[in-house]
Amino acid sequence: MRRSIKKVAAGLLATMMIGTMLTGCGGGNKKDSASSKKETSEINIGFSQVGAESDWRVANTKSMKSALTAKNGFKLSFADAQQKQENQTKAVREFITQGVDVIAIAPVTETGWETVLKEAKKADIPVITVDRQIKTSDDSLITAWVGSDFKKEGVKAAEWLIKEKGKEKGDVNIAVLQGTIGSSAEIGRTKGFKEGIKDQKNFKIIASQTGEFTQAKGQEVMESFLKQNKDIDVVVAQNDNMAFGAIDALKAAGKTPGKDVTIISFDAIKAALKKVQSGEINAEFECNPLHGPRVAELAKKIMKGEKVDKIQYVDEQVFTKDNTTKEVINKRAY
Amino acid sequence: MDKLKKMTSYRLFWPIVCLALVLLFNLIKSPSFFEISIKNGVLYGYLVDIFNRSSELIILAVGMTLCVASSAGTDISVGAIMALSGAVSVYLLGSGETYAIPWIAAILIGLVVSVLCGMWNGFLVANMKIQPMVATLILFTAGRGMAQLITGGNNLYVKVDSFKYLGGFLPHIPVPTPILVAIIVVILATLFLNKTATKLYIESVGINPRASRLFGLNSTKIIFITYAACGLCAGIAGMIATSRITSIDANNVGNLMELDAILAVALGGNSLAGGKFSVAGSVIGAITIQALSTTLYAMKVTGDQLPLYKAIVVIIIVTLQSPEFKKYLNRIKAKRAAKTAGEKVA
Repeated sequence: MRRSIKKVAAGLLATMMIGTMLTGCGGGNKKDSASSKKETSEINIGFSQVGAESDWRVANTKSMKSALTAKNGFKLSFADAQQKQENQTKAVREFITQGVDVIAIAPVTETGWETVLKEAKKADIPVITVDRQIKTSDDSLITAWVGSDFKKEGVKAAEWLIKEKGKEKGDVNIAVLQGTIGSSAEIGRTKGFKEGIKDQKNFKIIASQTGEFTQAKGQEVMESFLKQNKDIDVVVAQNDNMAFGAIDALKAAGKTPGKDVTIISFDAIKAALKKVQSGEINAEFECNPLHGPRVAELAKKIMKGEKVDKIQYVDEQVFTKDNTTKEVINKRAY
Repeated sequence: MDKLKKMTSYRLFWPIVCLALVLLFNLIKSPSFFEISIKNGVLYGYLVDIFNRSSELIILAVGMTLCVASSAGTDISVGAIMALSGAVSVYLLGSGETYAIPWIAAILIGLVVSVLCGMWNGFLVANMKIQPMVATLILFTAGRGMAQLITGGNNLYVKVDSFKYLGGFLPHIPVPTPILVAIIVVILATLFLNKTATKLYIESVGINPRASRLFGLNSTKIIFITYAACGLCAGIAGMIATSRITSIDANNVGNLMELDAILAVALGGNSLAGGKFSVAGSVIGAITIQALSTTLYAMKVTGDQLPLYKAIVVIIIVTLQSPEFKKYLNRIKAKRAAKTAGEKVA
């Protein structure tokens, strides 16, 4: 009995989807019938989240939940994978049998998705990935990706630094605290920053070492940097936790962070913005976890049969002392 | 010659040689490595960093040595216990402008939790006779989960300044507090082990638990106590680690430190098969590991290559200390001696 219902539901959904798919691929005639049907009813969306391992992730979940509400025309099924891919695979399969309209995945890993994504495709359910990307051999398995452009964050940091210190006559010595080697944030930010300062002859990266995205390691590595190099002018920490560690190490060495040494950091969590305000961090480059509104907009567009761009970068801000007001900090959820 | 032989047969000879080698390398590479100055009224220099950063590892290694000696097994849950006890303390202190409960109470409760964890491990290993690695695997996986549960999956920050003292500096004292704590732990452990018959008991249980029981020692109880002590050491290390970053990061506090602690015990010339042990050896082992990391930082080895260099040096150190290698050296020496003797006769 249950199975037959599922079949009927899947069949119905499939016919509906075919309409949207066709229009998505080149604007067909069926667009009207499909979209008029959908505009009145709510969109069923299944979201498989990695877990709740960091403040950033918690904010990401909150954003998704508050954007995909009944008021906005959604019915959200949320699944927490507790950092395990097998849980995510299970959740996606469940979404397929439930016959949701759209599946959103914040994947734990980049690979190993082929089979389950093919099942989703067979059921004609569009898939949106959030935050991390998925590697597949078949591009059509994923409709769109929403996330941060790490490389651009690095480039923006370099641009800011050139504006700030580019006119200085002597060498500008830069120390970089990298994230976990091989993570997409580390790769993107390192590459973007290096490319950004390429033409700036007096900018010299004199030390570069991983602090593994943690405060303790960031502090330890910074201590060592300070002993090797007498004059560090700029510290680039690839996330806020490492920046906190670096600040402690600088203070211990008798330097004033933000004044003697310019500090650039990424992510822009609440605690870090407070340090921007107090002048200990000079510039923060946001890594925006608030993907919810963009995903909601995408899902609506897809259901209407509109063509969407495959890669969707979220808007990201730069915070310096000038634009970091009390309101900005208070509004920060993470 | 006899003196040299006596020296090499001394238990701590090889561990000390290894540490000296690592430090000697620095002396040649960058003489400034050994500079110690006073900045802002506190000691400042690479050597201070090494001792400061190795404090947690030293404390863990003391506890680990006892477990290894008594049960010929390792406690792989120490890193998770660090995170759990740290999480309990930080959670109790709260993130307000003042402490929610007195600092000392929060620290003590955190330590009690760590001892309870150690007792649980001890119960499984000593009473239930489960393989130590399997028994401690439970808390290895569950400990961090419990810590996450307490923190609600977030990093919790303590905003009161005095929370920094334990992992930083006490006012008017130029030596980093972690070093002081480590020294106190080592002295207390050594006194307790050597002034009472405890060391002898642990060693005899480690060598042969059944014979020890027949001899009148309560093997079960002794193994149980060593695991509880190991839990306590992990708790103390956890307090220092959380104080260093004035917050609890349940995912990363003490992450993979259990492996470094086991390595410290081995580098200290202790047999992982249990029995005779030397706490001092483990302490030297722990310092060697940190000296190695700091050296590699000082040499500007990039992050992605760091583990490789570390592994190479560890292989060299372990080989130097292995009995087979020593036998091989002796054989060569004997051959040479025979040769020169032969030449003399001719």
